[in-house]
Order: sequence, then C-alpha cells, then structure tokens
Amino acid sequence: MSLNVSNLTVHHGAICAINQVSIAVPTGKLAAIIGANGAGKTTLLRTLSGLKHPTNGSIMWKGEKIAGIKPEALVRRGISHVSEGKSVIPELTVRENLELGAIWRRNAKESKESIDQVVSIFPRLGERIQQRADTLSGGERQMLSIGRAIMAKPQLLLLDEPSLGLAPLVVEQIFQTIRDLTTAMNLTVLLVEQNAMGALKIADLGIVLNLGKVVAINHAQALIDDPAVRAAYLGY
Amino acid sequence: MQKLLETFLIGLSTGSIYALMSLALVLVWRSTRVVNFAQAGQAMLSTYIGFEISTRTEIFWLGLLFAIAAGALLGAGVDYFFMRVLFKHAVSGPAAVVAPVIATLGLLGLIRSIVGLIWGGEFKTIKSPASTDGFTFGETTIPFSALNLLIIVTVFVILIILAIIFQRTNLGLSLRASAYAPEIAQLAGIRTARTRTIGWAIAGGVGGVAGMLVTASNFLSPYSLDLLLVFGFIAAVIGGLESMVGSVVGALILGIALTFILNYVGTSLVFIGGFAVLIVVLLVKPDGIMARGRARRA
Amino acid sequence: MRKKLALFILLGWVLLLIGDRVDELRVYQGAQIAMYTIALASIVLLTGYSGQVSLGNGAMMAVGGYSAALTLNNLGSPVWFAFVMAVVVSALFGAFLGAAAARLSGPYLAGTTLALAVGLPEIANQFAFLGGVPGILFDVGFPPARFGEEFTQYKWFFWIASFIALLALFITSNVLQSRYGRTWRAIRSHSLAAELSGVNSGRMKILAFTISSALAGLAGAVMAMTISLVAPGAYTLSLSFALVTGAVLAGVSSLPGVVFGALILVAIPEVADVLATRWGGDENLNNYLPGLIVSVLLILSVIFTPNGPGEKLKSRHHKKA
Repeated sequence: MSLNVSNLTVHHGAICAINQVSIAVPTGKLAAIIGANGAGKTTLLRTLSGLKHPTNGSIMWKGEKIAGIKPEALVRRGISHVSEGKSVIPELTVRENLELGAIWRRNAKESKESIDQVVSIFPRLGERIQQRADTLSGGERQMLSIGRAIMAKPQLLLLDEPSLGLAPLVVEQIFQTIRDLTTAMNLTVLLVEQNAMGALKIADLGIVLNLGKVVAINHAQALIDDPAVRAAYLGY
Repeated sequence: MQKLLETFLIGLSTGSIYALMSLALVLVWRSTRVVNFAQAGQAMLSTYIGFEISTRTEIFWLGLLFAIAAGALLGAGVDYFFMRVLFKHAVSGPAAVVAPVIATLGLLGLIRSIVGLIWGGEFKTIKSPASTDGFTFGETTIPFSALNLLIIVTVFVILIILAIIFQRTNLGLSLRASAYAPEIAQLAGIRTARTRTIGWAIAGGVGGVAGMLVTASNFLSPYSLDLLLVFGFIAAVIGGLESMVGSVVGALILGIALTFILNYVGTSLVFIGGFAVLIVVLLVKPDGIMARGRARRA
Repeated sequence: MRKKLALFILLGWVLLLIGDRVDELRVYQGAQIAMYTIALASIVLLTGYSGQVSLGNGAMMAVGGYSAALTLNNLGSPVWFAFVMAVVVSALFGAFLGAAAARLSGPYLAGTTLALAVGLPEIANQFAFLGGVPGILFDVGFPPARFGEEFTQYKWFFWIASFIALLALFITSNVLQSRYGRTWRAIRSHSLAAELSGVNSGRMKILAFTISSALAGLAGAVMAMTISLVAPGAYTLSLSFALVTGAVLAGVSSLPGVVFGALILVAIPEVADVLATRWGGDENLNNYLPGLIVSVLLILSVIFTPNGPGEKLKSRHHKKA
C-alpha cells in the first residue's frame, strides 16, 4: 500500500468537505473516485497534493506522513496533480508547458528525453510543440496537462475530471491512454470523474464519495455490477 | 528637421530610463498583483549607495554595480520580510481595497525618511560617466550628448539580457509561469514563493540602474526619484500593466511625447502633458495599448 | 437629527470654552486640528465609504487654498466668500477628476492620483499668477474690534476653523448617514450587486469625488488661513501621505475617528521635535523624523489594524458577547 489515507477530515471554513475518509490504494493500481457534485472529490485531491491542509487525520505516502507539506515538495516526492479545468498555461508554448513539469529535476538531458517520451504518447502534441497552448483544442489541452504531469516522472498521479467538456471519442482516447500509462509506468493513479462508467471501466479499484464520506469501496467491476451504484451513478 | 531629430533622440534617452522603472513595476505587478510604490524608495536607496561607492572610487560603473546589488537585495528583502507579512494578515472590511497600496506607500515614506536621516536633504551629484555636452557636427551642436547615447545603449543591453533570461532560461520560465498561473506552477514543482522573491530582486536591481542613470545628469535627493516613479507608472499603464514589452514601448512613447512638449510648447506643460497622456490612455484604451482585451482588474 | 444638531452645538460651546483657557500655541494647534478633521473627513468619505483610494487629496487642498487666496486678493471679496469659492472650485475639479477616474480602481486610481499629487505643486511653480515658489498671501484680517484687545489672531483662526469644521462635519455626517452613504458602502463592497440593484455606480463615484474634493478644498483654505499663505511647498506629496495615514489610523470608514486622526497628525511633529532635541538636535533629524514616525505608524496600522482601532475593540466586544 503506497498511499494510505486515515480518518482524513478537511474543512472549507466552517463547512466540512471531507469527513473521516479512509482509503488505501495499492501500488500500481488505478482507483476511480466517483460521486455527485460537491461530494468532496476535488477537495480530496487538493489535500493529497498539498494545496489544502487537512483539519484532522493522516496521509501516508511511501511510508511517510505528507499531510500539510507544500505542493512543490510533494512533486519532488513523486506526486503529480492535474487539477480540474485549466491546467495548462495558455500564454506559454506546448514545449514550455512540458518543460515546466521537469524544471525541478534540473537535468536538461532527462528533460529532453521526457519530452520525446510524452510526444510519443501524444503525437498531436509533437505536431504543435512550438504553438502557444491557447491555440490547442480541449482534448489537446488535456493531453498537455497529463503530459506535463508525466514530465515529473511521478509515482502517484492525481487526475481531476480529465474528461470534462470533451467529445466522447476524445474521452475514450484519454481514458485508454491513462490506462496504458498506469500499466506501462507502474503508476498509482487516483482518477476523479463525473463520467463514472468510463472511469470504472478502466479502473482496478472504485471509491464512491457522497457528502464527504466514503459510501462504497470495492473492485471496480464489483461496483459496476452493484445495482445501487448503477442506479445512482451509472444511469441504469 | 534638426530640432525634430534632436527631440526624438533625447526623448528616446529619457524614455529608456522610464522603461526601466516601468519594467520594474510591471515585473512586480505580474508576480504579486501589487503596484510597488516603494520601488522609488528602493531605487533611491540603491542610488545613494551607488553614489557613495562611485564618489569614493571615482568609478561610475562600480557604483552602478553596487546599486544593482543593493537594489536586488532590497527587492528580495521587501518581498520576503514585508509582503509576506502583509499577505499573512489577510485583510477584509473597508480597508481591503486600500491596504496593499497604502502599505507600499508607507514603505516608500519609511525608506525616504531613513535616507534623509542618514544622508540629509542637500542635493548630491554623481559624476557622469560620459560627457554631457552635446555632440558637435561642424558648426552645429545638438543637445544630444554622449551620456544620452550611453543611457540608450545601457538600457538596450539590459533589456536584451532580461529578454534572454525570461525567454530562454529555466528561471525565466519559472518566473513567467509563477506570474501567469501560480497554482499550476506549484503543482509542476516550481517553488513559487522563492521564484517571486527572485522576480522582486530583478525588479529592484533594474530600479537601481534607473536611479543611477537618471541621477548621472541630475541631482540626487530623497525626493528626486518621485517624478521617475510617476512617469514610470504612467508608462506602465500606457503599455498595459500586464505586458513587459508594452511597458517598454509605453515608456519610449511617453519619453518622446514629453520631450516634444518640452521643446515645442514649454516646460510649464510637461507635467500636465504627462498627466493628460495618462488620462487619455485610461479613457480610450483602459487595458493599455498592448492588451489583448483582458479586463483591467485591480 | 435634532439630537445631532444639539450635540454639535454643545461641541461648539465646549470648544469656545477651551479656546479661552489654553495658551497661544494650543489655540493655534486647535486650528490645525480643525483643519485636519475636515481633510480627513474627505478621505473617510472617498476611501472609507466609496472605496476609492486617492492620493490626491493634498492636491485638492492646494486647489482650495489657491482659489480662496485668488478670490480674496484679486476680487476683493469678503473672507467668507473666499471660503465658498474654495469649496466650489475644488468641487468642480473633483467632479472632473472623478469622471476621468470613474473606471479606474485599485492601483490605477492610486497611481493616477499619485501623479496628481506629485505634479500639482509643479504647476503652481510655473505660472506667475499663482505666485510661483514663494506663493500668495492669504490674510483673513484681524479679529473684529468688538471682541476686545485680548482676542488674539490665533484665537480668531481657531474660532473660524472650528466653526467651519463643525459645520462641515455636521453636513458630512448627514450625507454619510443618508442613502448616499449607504449606496457608497454598497458600491465599495459589492459593486456588481449594487449595479444590478439599479445603482449607477459611475455617477455615485463621481459624486463621492466631488464632495470629497470640496471638503479637501475647504481644508486647504483653512490651512491657508492658519499659515497666512498659499505656496506649493505647503501641499506636497507628504501631505497627501499624512492624510491617508491619519485616516487609516483613525479607522478609514469612521467619521468620528477623524478627530482622533487629526490629533495624532498634529501631535506627531511635536513629538518628533521633542525627540529630536533630546537626541541631539541635528537638523536632519528634525526634517525627517516626523516622516519616519508617520511611515512606521502607517505600516503598523495597515498591517495590524487596517480598519482602525475601533475594529479591534468591536471584535473583542463581540467575542465577549
């Protein structure tokens, strides 16, 4: 178990967004986190990546406590967070966005190799490598965000609604790529999604959040087969 | 024709000094969303230090070097000790609008008072590194001097260096990313707080150069850089506070415009001219001439 | 309303009595305090209520002072008319400035008014009819003979200044408590919501600038009276600066606080004087120590009590309750 969340409680001012949540994710597995709006999914990711401080509880990553550590430091410990929505910097070029992800590693040669790697995964980015990021389509921006996260050579990847606003075909591509990456790079992945079905289909593990609490946690396929989950989140 | 050329060249020289000041203001605005009025104070203190060194060693350039170093240290210090404290005491209520502006003004007054206490108010001079006599071509002498030329060249060199830093180095990329999108930069592993302090240090160093250059042909006093601050600010606004290139362009335009007013209309209207330019730009194109239509938010 | 009127009349009576019992220096300082209360009121209205940061109130004071002096000297008008002209002319200037600045906010507004504050004295230097660097005399004349021989010039200043201050504060207080005041506060904190409720925020902002400048101009005329002179050196950037400091110290949105702020502004040079003499009487110290104290006070108060000491007291009270 490389990621261990214990009794995590997080507040936004007076409102409790995450209420004593405990999750354990094995190394190299993809966990899909689904739930309605306001369930606390984004807050969970933001707390894991250091953008938010928990009120209570602990987070263990690779055997060390990481709650309250700054995001920049967590990146150096292998945690990469692709936040919801605009996770690319529009004024920078595609190349610069990617390079940004590897600056902290201070190794120009490795950085170049990583860019080549990202381009081989997302050829479209290679075609647009010199263009400003604001000329990219929604799907391409999402690829760029994920690409930048990979540049950091992460071990834990936190993805917040990568399918948001994308056409169904593009969504399929992205999901498939995420699955392939997880396997190829032995990543531990937390995938927060509104697109519950799509996420569960590629996941090993499924976690259902509602109003800040864990309502169900099981193998992904078990959740897909669960009639209650089907009714609430999968639409049938 | 000759007068036109003279005016243009001198305007270029004046404008390039404004460009340094406005660049410093924009740098800080982009990274911290604060207009640092204390910039004038930092530049002033740096220039006094430069004055001390250049007077004792009789070498202007050494003084300039020290002014840059002092400016950088001051800039970093102000960000680290002052700005961070200010933002930690998050402000709400009727004063929220006012607080950061007033705080940097307070800092300006503080630095000015300290400078006054140490050096006193009498005008000081720094020996110019180049001749202030106009160039002579046969019979005619134009008011454009070697110093003016030196100023233009120095500023040009600095701008090139800054452009290289910002566009071609990892530090520059970090600076830009931290200014455009601090949270994304953080998640990419950039130490945004430290990067911001470096940005302030660069701004401070640049301000120090501006102070030294403007003083080389003028007097130095605790109040002598106020006008530089005002014109630097106007230039930044003309160019749009968001754009570094814009602030340089705005400054050059302002310098040339003001020199035209000076030569063709008369000294009494220079300041009104500058003020009028500011008002006109704010009314007509509130985002500055370089803006791409982004809202002018405070 | 009637209670307030009674309160002000009472205040006036108290001031009268005090004026009789203190020495010359204090009476003179009393006039200065009265002047500062008017000036600070202008900032409370503009910044505290309508949320616009202006560093140009010192320049507006200059406009008022010069208008009064020019009216008195060139038109040969009675003194009270000179004060009225100060108000009118500065109000006009304020309206113009407000119109130009209506779309600005935050640092843009601050910077523009900073430009005004730095530049206006320059203009006075350039034009001959404005008296250049030495300035113009502003002599309100001797106290009326019927007050007797004991009635000094400074006491006369004190009476005039206090009367004007009480009048100005009374009117301002009513304006701030009216729907205008409420509208300004609404614009300050929730301008979008206010606009959607039908408020024309542009016009209200201009109105705030107009009234604020009128007050500042009035204060400038009173200042001219106390030093018998209008000159560029009296209306420097440091003045605008001191005004903002006084307002922040007193609670930038608290009208009663202006008295407190004014007291501090007058006390600082005196405190600085005392300290300077005790520490060696160096001329530098004299010149720059007041500025140092003002700046330090400003920084501390902006960081720790940005809404004035009243806020801290209020919150402690709430905690107990």
